[in-house]
Amino acid sequence: MIEATEAKLKQVEPRTHYLNANYGIKSWLLTIDHKRIALLYLASITVFFFLGGAFALMIRLELLTPKGDIMTPDAYNKMFTMHGIVMIFFFLIPAIPAVLGNFLLPLMLGAKDLAFPKINLLSWYVYNLGAIFTLYAIIAGGVDTGWTFYTPLSVNSTSQVTPMAVGIFINGFSSILTGLNFIVTIHTMRAPGLTWFRLPLFVWAHYATSLIQILGTPVLAVTIVLLGIERIFGVGIFNASLGGDPVLFQHLFWFYSHPAVYIMILPAMGVISELIAAFSRKKIFGYSFVAFSSLAIAVYGFLVWGHHMFVSSQSVFAGMVFSFLSYFVAIPSAVKVFNWTATLFKGSISWDTPMLYAFGFIGLFIIGGMTGLYLAALGLDVHVHDTYFVVAHFHYIMVGGAVMAYLGGMHYWWPKITGRMYPEGWAKLSALLVFIGFNLTFFPQFLLGYQGMPRRYHEYADHFQVLNVMSTAGASILGVGYVLPMIYFIWSMRYGPIAKANPWPGSGLEWQTSSPPPTENFEETPTVTWDAYEFTKDNSRRYDVVKQGS
Amino acid sequence: MADSHVATHSALAHHFDNMEQQREAGSLGMWIFLLTEIMFFGGAFTAYIVYRNTPEVSEAFVLASNTLDVWLGLINTAVLICSSLTMALAVYYAQTETDSKRLQITFMILTVILGLTFLVIKGFEYADKFTHHHIPGKTYSFPAAGVLESKTQIFFTIYFALTGLHALHMIIGIVILLVIIRMAAKKRFSPEWHAPVELFGLYWHFVDIVWIFLFPLLYLLGFHLHGGAH
Repeated sequence: MIEATEAKLKQVEPRTHYLNANYGIKSWLLTIDHKRIALLYLASITVFFFLGGAFALMIRLELLTPKGDIMTPDAYNKMFTMHGIVMIFFFLIPAIPAVLGNFLLPLMLGAKDLAFPKINLLSWYVYNLGAIFTLYAIIAGGVDTGWTFYTPLSVNSTSQVTPMAVGIFINGFSSILTGLNFIVTIHTMRAPGLTWFRLPLFVWAHYATSLIQILGTPVLAVTIVLLGIERIFGVGIFNASLGGDPVLFQHLFWFYSHPAVYIMILPAMGVISELIAAFSRKKIFGYSFVAFSSLAIAVYGFLVWGHHMFVSSQSVFAGMVFSFLSYFVAIPSAVKVFNWTATLFKGSISWDTPMLYAFGFIGLFIIGGMTGLYLAALGLDVHVHDTYFVVAHFHYIMVGGAVMAYLGGMHYWWPKITGRMYPEGWAKLSALLVFIGFNLTFFPQFLLGYQGMPRRYHEYADHFQVLNVMSTAGASILGVGYVLPMIYFIWSMRYGPIAKANPWPGSGLEWQTSSPPPTENFEETPTVTWDAYEFTKDNSRRYDVVKQGS
Repeated sequence: MADSHVATHSALAHHFDNMEQQREAGSLGMWIFLLTEIMFFGGAFTAYIVYRNTPEVSEAFVLASNTLDVWLGLINTAVLICSSLTMALAVYYAQTETDSKRLQITFMILTVILGLTFLVIKGFEYADKFTHHHIPGKTYSFPAAGVLESKTQIFFTIYFALTGLHALHMIIGIVILLVIIRMAAKKRFSPEWHAPVELFGLYWHFVDIVWIFLFPLLYLLGFHLHGGAH
């Protein structure tokens, strides 16, 4: 009797976790808890995701008919520029590292926090400061140069290039600080027993990503500084009419911006490794190959920027070298795909929502990756350069890859983040809508590009209309697919069923603490005695926590 | 002041297990930050190297480079190397027993003075460029024929971008050093914990090293061809 009452009391007594540890707006804005900072990022990033999405829908709406009927060419230029800038710099690059990475890295490492909690908070403020400049640039009239800021247009353009450049410059520091924090944390704060080759592949992927962030982002920063100097003082480094070299800008720009693609996709691959392992209840096949392939992608990423410049007047020899090197990126990428597939083989697969996203990811990533090989081929690229083929290719990688993984990861770790489950039926519907909508939007664009429809035109020849209508229809389905999780996630925060500590058969340390975790992550620093993805019968409480009176 | 013999030090942050871990994290963080700085300056250095190897611009670079005052540059190089020495000594005395606190503060103040000296000399150089209309922009003029004139402007743009960014790093460094001197005066450091002094030392040496590369690239390369300034 007494025992039963005690048990009941214990149930009613509210548990302290990071969400209810303290209250008030100040406790959030001044928090140094990585989990709360992840949620702050989630809020900021979601705003930009829907802003960028709104621009995308405007673009698709304009392209519904061959004639430019809802906006001027100038407005259209600004529309696709804003879509690109917002989505790349304010959503895709920070999304998985800043939200999921921030939340999960210390948990997966058995650490109390990231190595530099205050710098972590600072990086969120820096992100928002950059966002303010960007929003100002958007409100003050927008930018019409395309997200790549190619000179000399970006030097001569009368649109809001300068505040936009400042916004991206500042935002870059946020990315650098996050990367720096992750690397130091992974090096110095692993729990006892957690050796490098026991780390979850999510951690390996973030390690590789962080390397790119700290090596690439500063180059973009100085490029933007030089661009700013050029605009403000009217001098020539990149401006050909003043003796400068516009191609130099492209070299410097792509030295960052090609690796930036891997900032978007590597964390996504990390998420997928976690999902595949958890929902097939198997150790990832060839663990160390998958781990090292992340590093290989990070390294190769810095050697292939010239494949963006095949038609830029760079020498044919340089083009051949970059073409050759670009093929190499396919090797580590294929290693990952093959290893995931091998992991699935004879696995006990369960079809929960995160797994649906993982499957979606693999399919879309294969299409995106294979078309990447087309584009790496020097001769073929000259044919499809700056057509919708390219647009479709990078959307398959960046949206089909990064966004699918982001959504899959959000579903997978949602119970850990909020302590609540989401409605499974709705979630499956949204995963399906995203997959169908995505393919309907972007597959026709491969055909359009192959037939020669150029990107960035706001009018097009009549015979392209059927495929464009399909694409726009797909975009609206995709839009619904994105709005749905937004609604049911918010709903579940209040009404969702209470989640267990380990609602999936997760094997990582993050599932070994309660949902949501306490502020210090673990009641005791865990000692790890098992390898990554070693699944036991129920995976609850793997490490020894029974240490009375300590 | 701080009880050095107890395992939990007053400077130990909540999320670290021990001082050793905290020290490792701080120092690795600083090295990685400096790595990002190398890449940051690297972009501008790349621009310099590219133009230096472009035939026509290369010629203009030699012309423009020869208007710089090599002696001021040389003095500044010496000043910076001395400041690196004083900073290294400050770190050394921070690591040793606490009665060397005054020496530690003295050397940090010397570092500030040397840093300011560098900036003042740099200011004179900038003023000279200003009076000769060598500041890139609308009022720019350079005594060179035709297309070479516009190409010399590229040199000065890169010169001001690189030395300007370098000077900015020095200004930030001096401000941080003043804060650290204040902390030292308040006896916040001990041989067990002096991470800010040590990490700042790394930063300061880095800023010096950037100048060590800037000086030959901007001032000396091509200097011998024309035999002197002005």
